[in-house]
This record gives sequence, C-alpha cells and structure tokens, in this order.
Amino acid sequence: MSAASIEDVHLTLAGKPILKGINLEVGEGEIAAVMGMSGSGKTTLLKCITGLLKPTAGRIIIGGTDIVPLNEHRLNEIRLRIGLVFQHAALFDSLTVYENVAFGLVHNRRLPSAEIRRIVRQRLAEVGMEGAEHLYPAQLSGGMQKRVGLARALAMEPAILCYDEPTSGLDPVIARTIDDLIVRTRDRTGATAIVVSHDISSILRIADRIAMIADGSIVACGTPGEIRASEDERVQAFLQAL
Amino acid sequence: MNAKAAESPAPHKGFAASLVTDSLDFVGDTVMLAGQALGCILRGRAALAQTLLQMSAIGVDSLPIVVAITFSTGAVFAYYTASVFVRFGATNLAGGTLVYGFLNELGPVLAGVAVAARSGAAIAAEIGSMVVTEQVDALRAMAVSPTRYLVAPRLLACLLMMPLVGVFADLAGSFGAYLMSGFHGVPHQAFLQSARTFVGTGDLLRGLVKTLWFGFTIAVVACRQGLRTSGGATGVGRATTSSVVLCVVLIFISDFFLAQILTGGTVGTK
Repeated sequence: MSAASIEDVHLTLAGKPILKGINLEVGEGEIAAVMGMSGSGKTTLLKCITGLLKPTAGRIIIGGTDIVPLNEHRLNEIRLRIGLVFQHAALFDSLTVYENVAFGLVHNRRLPSAEIRRIVRQRLAEVGMEGAEHLYPAQLSGGMQKRVGLARALAMEPAILCYDEPTSGLDPVIARTIDDLIVRTRDRTGATAIVVSHDISSILRIADRIAMIADGSIVACGTPGEIRASEDERVQAFLQAL
Repeated sequence: MNAKAAESPAPHKGFAASLVTDSLDFVGDTVMLAGQALGCILRGRAALAQTLLQMSAIGVDSLPIVVAITFSTGAVFAYYTASVFVRFGATNLAGGTLVYGFLNELGPVLAGVAVAARSGAAIAAEIGSMVVTEQVDALRAMAVSPTRYLVAPRLLACLLMMPLVGVFADLAGSFGAYLMSGFHGVPHQAFLQSARTFVGTGDLLRGLVKTLWFGFTIAVVACRQGLRTSGGATGVGRATTSSVVLCVVLIFISDFFLAQILTGGTVGTK
C-alpha cells in the first residue's frame, strides 16, 4: 500500500511552470529519495506534499485522501500525520530547543506537561541532543539545528517524514550522522521517509527508491541499482558527480 | 507525464493598472487577515503567552518614546501659542485649547505614529524574518495557524495597549504644555481652570476611540506586510519600511474621517 501517491501534479508560480506532471508512488515504510539539480523543483514538490503549496493541477493522495482540494482547516488534520524537516531547520529562534520540540505537542495534543517533557527528552536523546534543552537555535551549529529540527518533527510521531536537503551545507561526518539518523528513525518508527536532496552519495546510501527530477518532471525512477544502470544522460551526468 | 502548463510570458501591466491591482490586493488581503484574526480573538483562541509578550513589546516598550515625543510636542505647541494668549489677554483660554487639542488630536495621532514606527516596524520585521527563514512554513507544517499564533496576539495586544499608550500620550503632552505655558506667562491656576472648563470626559474618550482604531490598523497592516515578505533580507527591509509608511499614511487619513464621525460636527462643546 502506498503512503503517498502523487498523480500528474503541475504547479505554475508567477507564470512560470515549476512542476510539469509529476507522478510518484511512495510505499509505506519506504525511504524514497527525490534527487535533482538545484532549482529542478524538488523542494517545491515537497511543499506540495505537505500542503504548503497548492498544485495547479493533479492529485496528491496521503493516507487515502486527496489533499489538493482541501482547505487549510482540513489540511491541518493531514499535516498532523506528516513531519517536515526543513533545509535550514526553520527552528523558532525566539524559543529554546525544548520549546521548539514541544511546540507541536503543546499546540495540537492535550497532553499533561510531564508527558510532553518525557517525549521531548526522548526525542532529543534519539537525535543525540540531550542536555541542549535550554539553548536557543542561534547557539547551535547547522548540524545540531538539523537534529533538533528532526526531533521536532519526530515529536508528533508522523506516519510520513519529509526531509528537505537534510545533508546540504554539512561536513561529511555530520552528513553521515544525519543519514544514519534518517535510516534509524525509519527502522525504529516504521515511518515513511521522503528525502529531497542533491547529495547523490547520501541518497545512494539510504534510499530504497530514487526518483530523479529534472526541469519539473521525473526522468527516472527505480532502486539505487536501477538508477546507477539508467541510460538517461541527465541521470548519468548527476551520477558522475560522485 | 510532461508539461502541460502554458509557457506564455506574464502580460505587461501598466503603472496605473499595477497600482490599482496592488491596492485591491492590499485591501482584500488586509480585510481578510483582520477578519480571521478577530475571529480567533472572539473565539478565545489567541495564544495567551504570545499576547502577553506582545503587550509588553507594544505597550511598555513604546511608552518612553511616546512620552518623550508627546511631552516635547506639548511643550513646543505651548511655546508658540502661550505668548499669543498672553498678548491678547486670553490666558483663561490657553489650558482649554492646548489640552483639548491634545486629547482629541495630538495625543492619539502622535501615539499612533510612534507605535507604528516602533512596534509596527518590529512586528513587520519579525514576521518577515520568520517568513524568509521558513519559520512561518514550519508553523503551518505543524498544523498551527500563523493567524492564530502570530497575528491574533499582536492584534489583541495592540487593541489592549494602544488606549493605555494614548492616555500616557495625553498626560505627557498636556503636562509639557502646562509647564511651557507657565514659563511664558500663563498662570498655572488659570491653565488648569481653563482645561477643567473646556475639556470633558467626551474629549478623552474620543481620543481613546482613535487610539483603538490606530492600534487595529498598525497590527493588521504590520502583520500583513510581514506575512507577504519575499526576497530575503532585502525583502524584510522592504516589508518593514512599507509597513511604517502605510501605517502612518492610514493613521492620518483615517484620523480625518474619525474626527468628523466622532464629533458629529459639534466641535468644541464639552
């Protein structure tokens, strides 16, 4: 059964077509990666999947519901099942690490504060950020911010976790840590992961299935092995960057 | 699977057409945002902690500036007028005229302009920064409405604090006028007696109604400009500047109409 199904999605922004008929199935518990050059429409696609952007045409089915025609109120019910880890973490800079991770729980779940405290500590421990509860985002490095961003997304126990460029701007060691975290999170929670990235080595390491997006369209889709064997010149050009 | 979307370039818009569409866009956007935020407030859904923080930022932090501006304006106003009252033997009119002017007009308008410049700019800049760093997207991704979390608390804080700021503006301006009038030959007793004779509670209330409207305008316009930010740091700067300019212009324009509406054409009666 598919966790997310993207059917012929088109998006035009300010008169410019960004997505031109994207089709993609993501299976439950799968790590699906969308790779492509900068500006190819990867992040835009992720924003469509999370309901932050509304496609001009097409269907995006999450858990059996087409989210495209939904209003903001109905979308919020779906968003509770989706976690989004932003490229630059997008932590609330006026809140501490603890408050950032607790944010979704405080605003969406009626839980006792002791329970929220327990969940936040557990999530921070899972990403190796225990003891950082009282720090502000400005006091953290880029890698630490991404880990807190992941803890924040994990706190809501989403069925689908979307990662926007999780390793961009990080040194290889930290990037490897983030990769391991993505795989470990999927293994532990069973949550489906959709990873958008141009970091080809990271994608080949963690993804069960890879879709290559170029100029707003999917030009190749398959397992890492199938992608390596692809004869599409755009895919090959990308792989040669390895 | 491939492109269907039209590739024709966006049609060129003339300056006048662009001005009209931008204005309509602004009005529509602002009215909708105001309606949604008021809905949140009336349903008791404005985030409490945020509201208290904003009350401090908008009210308390603006007070020193408002008091400094209105005190000196009151003093300067009196500096130019007190000697005229003395020359024409009308010292018994000085206090009434100056305090009446302050309560009805100068206090609310100066308070509005000061809060627009200080807190309105801060609101637009803060929300604009949140937009360009995807923090507003993060709110939406976590199923938290930016209107409920960001706009409603700021609007409620402005509505609650502006009348208070207005009272301080009236007091500081009138006190400045009182002191300066004394230096220029208007006896203190005559000033106070005149103010008591010519100024009533209605004048204070009219001014406070204005501050309420100005607070509403500042909060909604600043939040709208912040939420519509695009283009990184430059965009934040643009949003902040446009927020202050729009707020100040709207304060002066709406003040003209409010003056007509609130007095009902019977100016100067206690």
